Parts: sequence; C-alpha cells; structure tokens
Amino acid sequence: MDTLIVILVGILVTIGTYLILSRHLLRIVLGTSIIGHAVNLLIITSGGLKTGGPPLLGERNANFTDAIPQALVLTAIVINFAVTALVLVLCYRAYQGFGTDDLEHLRGEEHE
Amino acid sequence: MITLYLFIFLPFIFACIVPLLYKYLNRQVHTGWFVLVVPLSILIYLLTFIPAVASGETFEYTFSWIPSLGIHITSYVDGLGLLFGLLISGVGALVILYSIFYMSKVREALHNFYIYLLMFMGAMLGLVFSDHLLAFYGFWELTSVSSFLLISYWYERKSSRQGAMKSMLITVFGGFGMLAGFIMLIMMADTYSIRELIANMDVIQGHSLFIPAMLCILLGAFTKSAQFPFSIWLPDAMEAPTPVSSYLHSATMVKAGIYLVARMTPIFGGSPVWFWIVSGVGIITLLYGSLTALRQTDLKPLLAYSTISQLGLIMSLLGIGSLAVYFGPGESGTVFTVATFAALFHLFNHSTFKGSLFMVVGIIDHETGRRDIRYLGGLMHVMPITFTIALVGGLSMAGLPPFNGFLSKEMFFAAVLDVSKAGIFGLNSIGALFPVIAWVASIFTFVYCMIFVLKTFGGKYHPERLNRKVHEAPIGMLIAPMVLGLLVVLVFFFPNVLGKYILAPALTAVLPMMTVSSYDLKISAWHGINYELLMTLGVILLGGLLYMAKKRWLPTARKFPQGWTLNHFFNEGLLSAERWSASLTNRYMTGSLRHYLLYIFVFFVLLLLGSLLWFHGIRFDFSDNAMINIFDAGLVICMVISALTVLLAANRIVAIVALGALGYMVSMFFVIFRAPDLALTQMVVETVTTVLFLLCFYHLPKLKRTIERISFKWTNLVVSIAVGLTVTVLGLSANGHKLFEPITSFFENSYKLAGAKNIVNAILVDFRGFDTMLEISVLTIAGLGVYVLIRQRSKRGKEHEAE
Repeated sequence: MDTLIVILVGILVTIGTYLILSRHLLRIVLGTSIIGHAVNLLIITSGGLKTGGPPLLGERNANFTDAIPQALVLTAIVINFAVTALVLVLCYRAYQGFGTDDLEHLRGEEHE
Repeated sequence: MITLYLFIFLPFIFACIVPLLYKYLNRQVHTGWFVLVVPLSILIYLLTFIPAVASGETFEYTFSWIPSLGIHITSYVDGLGLLFGLLISGVGALVILYSIFYMSKVREALHNFYIYLLMFMGAMLGLVFSDHLLAFYGFWELTSVSSFLLISYWYERKSSRQGAMKSMLITVFGGFGMLAGFIMLIMMADTYSIRELIANMDVIQGHSLFIPAMLCILLGAFTKSAQFPFSIWLPDAMEAPTPVSSYLHSATMVKAGIYLVARMTPIFGGSPVWFWIVSGVGIITLLYGSLTALRQTDLKPLLAYSTISQLGLIMSLLGIGSLAVYFGPGESGTVFTVATFAALFHLFNHSTFKGSLFMVVGIIDHETGRRDIRYLGGLMHVMPITFTIALVGGLSMAGLPPFNGFLSKEMFFAAVLDVSKAGIFGLNSIGALFPVIAWVASIFTFVYCMIFVLKTFGGKYHPERLNRKVHEAPIGMLIAPMVLGLLVVLVFFFPNVLGKYILAPALTAVLPMMTVSSYDLKISAWHGINYELLMTLGVILLGGLLYMAKKRWLPTARKFPQGWTLNHFFNEGLLSAERWSASLTNRYMTGSLRHYLLYIFVFFVLLLLGSLLWFHGIRFDFSDNAMINIFDAGLVICMVISALTVLLAANRIVAIVALGALGYMVSMFFVIFRAPDLALTQMVVETVTTVLFLLCFYHLPKLKRTIERISFKWTNLVVSIAVGLTVTVLGLSANGHKLFEPITSFFENSYKLAGAKNIVNAILVDFRGFDTMLEISVLTIAGLGVYVLIRQRSKRGKEHEAE
C-alpha cells in the first residue's frame, strides 16, 4: 500500500510538473495544486499507513496511526489553500492587466 | 618611537584640515603653502634617523590594531625604508612647492588636489615603513586609490577618467595577486612580520607554496611598477596634473613595486625562478620602454615610457643582485651585491632626474600651452634656466658624465657583464643577451633623451605655432626642478656620501646575509678604461649617429601598427569580456518563466538523484507495507485518471472540476488512512478552492471558456518524468530507511497532558500551537492580499475611466 501511494505521488508530481512547465497561468496554478495534493499524501505515507485506529483516545484501540504527520498535513492544507487563493486572484489580475494568460506574452520587456 | 607613528599619519591628519584651510584662507594664501609644512617636517624628522641607521640601528614601533587576530600596524625603520621615506618626503616637498605655482589658486579645486596628494603621501610612507604584511597591503591599495583619484583630478575630461580606470583596474588586479601571495607566505611561515619571514626563510624555501607565492607577489610588483606587459596604464596616467605625474608616476608610486621586490629579495632571492622573472621582465621592459618612447611626440608620454624603461633597468638590476643570495657571502656574492647597490643608486638617481624632467615639461606646458615636440623648438634662448635643468636631467637620463645617471649606468653595464659570466641558472647559453639588450636599450635611451632636449629647446623658434607669448617661468616654479638638478650634479661629484649614509644601510636591508665592506661599494666616476666605459662610448657614438639620421628612420618607426600595441589588446580584451559576458547572460536569462523552471527542475533532479546514487542511498524495503484492497486500487486509478483529465482538458471548467475530483479523492484517502480531521478539512478546503476557481474564471466575461489544448514538448515530458521518478525513488528510499522510532507515543498522553482526546487537535493547539498561530497569520495575510488586489483594481479602473 505504501509503495502504491508513493508511485501515485510520483505520477501526480509528473503531471503537476508538466502542467507547471506549460505556457498558461491557469495551468500553472492547477499544477501546483496537484503537486500540493501529492506532497500531502507523501507526508501521510511517511508516517506509516493503516497501522492502527484513528488518533482519537475515546476509541478503545490498542494503537493509533501516527498523529504527527496528520497535524503537519492539516497545517499544510490550510497554507496551500491560502496561497492558492492569492495566486488565483493574482492570475485574474494579471489577465485583466495584460489581456492574456500566456506566459510567452507576459515576458518582461527589455530594460524594465 | 610613537613620534614615528605620528609622522606617518601626519599627512592623513592634515588632510582633514585642508578643506577648512581652503575654505577660509585660500583667497589670501594658496593652500599649498600650508600643505608644504607636512612633507618638510617629515623630511627633517627622517633626516635625524640617518646617523643611527647608517651605523646599523633599526627602529620599530607597534600599534595593536586587531590584537586578537595578530594584526598590528608595525612601523619599522631600516635603511631601505629610510631611503624611500626620504625620497617620498623630499620629492613630496618639492612637488608641493612646484604645485603652488603650477596649480591656479582661482580655477582649480585645490582642496581636492591636496587631500588626495596627502592621502597618497601618507599611504606611501605607511607602505615603506610597514613590517606587517596586511598593513602593507592596506597602504598599498590606498596608494592605488589615491592615484586613481589624482589621475582623474580633471574628471570632466574623458581621457582622465579612462586613464584613471585603466590604472585602477591594472594595479588593483596586481594588488589582489599580491594579497594572495602574502596570504600564502603567512600560511607558510605562520607570521605576519616581514622580518620574521626572513628569519624563517628555510621553512618557506622548502614549502610547496614557494613558487605560487612568489609569482603572485611579483604580479603585484610588476603591475605597480609598470613592468612589461602591465606597463600600459602609466602613459595613460599622464592625464593627471603634471605635479602628480612627477611625484607619483616617476618618483614614488611606481617604485612601490621596486620596493616590494627589494623587500622580498632575502626570501625569494636564491631561486632561479625569481632571478629569471625579475631580471628577464626588467630587461624586456627596459628595451620595450626605450623603443616605445622613441615613437612618442607628446613630451609626457615620452617621459612615461622612459620611466617604464628606467624602472625595467632597476628591476633587472634587482634580479641580478638576487644572485648574491644564491652565492652567499664570498667573492662572487660580492660582485652581485654591487648590482643591488647599483639598483638602489639608480633608484635614487632616477627620482631626482625624472622628477625634474616632469617639472620641466610642466613648465613648458604652462608657458607655451603645448606639449607636442612637433610644435616646440628653439626655446633655448627664451627659457634658459628651464633649458639648463632639462639638459642636466636629459643627459643624466642618457647616462652621460658629469651627471649621476652616468655612474649608475656604468654600474648597470658592469652588472650585466658580470651576470653573463655567472655560469649558473643556464646563463651560459643565453646570458650574453643581457649585455647586448642592455646596450641596445641604452642607445635608444640616448636617442630619446636627445630628442627630448634638442627637439624642445634646440632648432628654430616658431612663435607662430604657440598660442601665447612665451617667457621664462616664474622663479617659484623653477626652484623645485633646480634643487633636483643640483642633486643630479652633486651626486655625481660626491656619490660616496650618499652611498655610505643612505644606500649602504638600504643594501644591508635588502641583502641582510651579505657582509660587504664599504670599500667594495665605493662609487667612482673614473675607474680606468674597461668594458663599461667602452660601452658608454659606443652608446654615445651610435646614439649620436642615430639621432643625426633620425629623419630617415623615425617616421617609419612611428608608423607602428596600432593593432599590435598592448593598449589595443587591453581595450579589445575589456570589450570582448563585456560582450562575452553579456551574450552569456542573455543566452540563459531569457525572461521566460518556463526556462527558469526547467533549470530549477533539472538541477533538482541532478542533485537529488546524483547524491542518492553517490551515497548509495537507494534502498527499497517493502516489508512494512500495508495490504492493498480493491477500494485503494480503485481510488488510485481514479486519481490518475482525474489528474490526466486536468492535464489534457481543453475546457477550463472540465479541468477545474477534475481538480476538484482529485481533491475529494485525496480526502477519501484520508478516510482510509484513519485521519478524520484531515478528511474533513480537505473536503471543505477543496470545495472552497473549486468555488474560487469557478468564480475566478467563470465570472470573467472576457476570458474564453476554452483554452488551447496543452502543447506537447519533449523536454517538458522528459523533465517532468524525471522529477516524478526522483520523487518516487526518494519516497521509497525514505520509507526503506527507518532510523529510529517515531516520537508519537509521547503525544498519545494527550489526555493526561492536555486534557484532549483528539490527538491531532491537541498537537495543533497545545503541543505545537505556535505553528497554528502562524498558519492563521498566513491565512490572514493571504486574505488581506486578495482584498488589496481586488480593491486596487477597482481604483485603477476608476483612474482609467477618469482619463
């Protein structure tokens, strides 16, 4: 299972990277989102999968899954969301300002 | 001995007062008169050292600067330092006296001039009296900087700025080389003191860094002293005011390299590399300088090239004199000691006659408005005193009696004849070249000296070529060159006074291991008919003939192709370096985000995969794997499909929805992985993100719903697969290495410690609450950012509408 998730992460990173290398701002934001998901999955996987019950003390489980990666990922999700929201608005503004979301057209002019 | 210290720093202290003097008193009194006090008092103070130093005493005073690093400013007075100190303060006093009459009180920014000049004087004094290598380097660079400022004194002229830049580039380049050499020396002998280095020279000579240190230090000496091929800055430095040229570029700064070579002779002297480089470069410079000087028509560059040539002479004598270190005390050692003595003697002589010649050129420039010999001529009767001084200086430079140049030239010939017979370091085969080159160069020297004197003062007087009425210079301007000219003659008649009291202790400082009796160092004007005298006669004869026939060959010599000059190579080198670096930068700094991302990804892959392979970090361990059931497999397949949909969708909405699907599936995985809080958050965040995406791109009327289908690029594919592969390998290897047990068991006490049953929440708000606080800040800042972006847009929009 862990190996399978890591391979899935690899595939997601590949797709995300390919999107980031494209010319459109929107695709770059989509790519970063996919990579964000992949990284969260990787963090969870590194703590070991399915080793016990959910980390809630009320349940009468003998052992729990690792709670630290979960806390880390929770933080990461929120930050990811904040950054994505900001970048989205930036893309929107860039489109409004320059009339295009094609990076090749958004290249800085000489001696700016 | 703190007074010594005070006198070295006197120029710096006085430089701080100069602006005040200039501001309040310049209307009444030329600022130079105040400044004159500084070199005069230093000169008088240094003169009091002569008896003690001549009897072999040395003085030192240490001021701790950074004691924890062993950095002090140690002032050390011995014969060599004293010789230079006397030259610096003596010529300095004369130059300032001269400048009082040369520089206009009304038109010139005198405060700048004298501040720079005092700065230079202090730096030079500090340089020659420094025993600490780093302090030496500090003063060395200060001379470069003050020389830069002085050359560009008339900064509104382009040629001044270019000359200053060129001299700065070359001398600082050499200075850095010298610093590297010093650091190597410090590493070898574990001391900063030059005297301790000399004491430890056995360690240094056996060390593997011996040759690199030597080459680096010589680089510094050669650039500063304008040796071939670093000589090109000196002629361009002639854009400085003439007192500066006279002081810096003939008498003092260009001799800093000579000083360095002389100081380092006890350490490096016995080595063949040192001998060949110093004397070889010196003698090439001698020939090159005298040949190039012939081609000049402007008097100042002519003197600049003659300075280069004479410095080459001194340098080659120092190289020959270093053989004394090889032979040690004994008969053959003594022969070469005399060469070093000749070097010091010529050093003194050159300062006197070249200083006076520059001042003469300054007078001619000042009185006639011309410096080009094609316009000048026949000034002999108009300016008799100037002519006399020029004649004395010129003939001394040519090496004729009864002037001091004759004595040192004779000693130079003796030295090159001796070295051709030395029979070591492979001198048997090509040693004979030394006297030949020296002789040929002396002939050319004779010719350009004649050109200098006779073309300027001899021949017919053409008042119509000059743009003002010419008359003799004011007496104040003539005093300084007259004093120098008088020294030229006096040294010829009483050379041994100078030799005994000043040069002999300097020689002891250069070659401390030699015990040479004063009898060997007697300078005699007449020593029988020998080869040296015959060579001088040959120089006069052939030189005279060449000068007579100059109309035949000089025009041809002046047509030397421009493409072959060192200047041309330097300028082209600078230009092509600029062009090359600009084209290199433009090649990779394309302005395209995709290219930069490609560089980043490629480096990421190379670095991570490379180090994984290098350190054998790839280890797969599948033993801890949990079981895979049908849900997991199905989810994985669905996720890959939805990710591919994001990639390939041509419609914005499809891509956004597919991304949302991906996010929901991630939250499903969180469910499977027993992470309820994560699943909850992921679900909510994904919903909000998708809504945001849709808001952003659906409610934009201008934006097309569809986007172009993603274009296929092989490089992108290869790079992204490599990145994915790297991440996979890294993840698998990380799971394969379990270094120690996790610390999760501590957090399982969350109820006892924090009163919480939800461990994840306890970690977020209790154990690691700080993270959460900052995460909230991130969210706040992002929210503010979004708000500002939107607000700003509307403001801008209004402005646009108003326009």
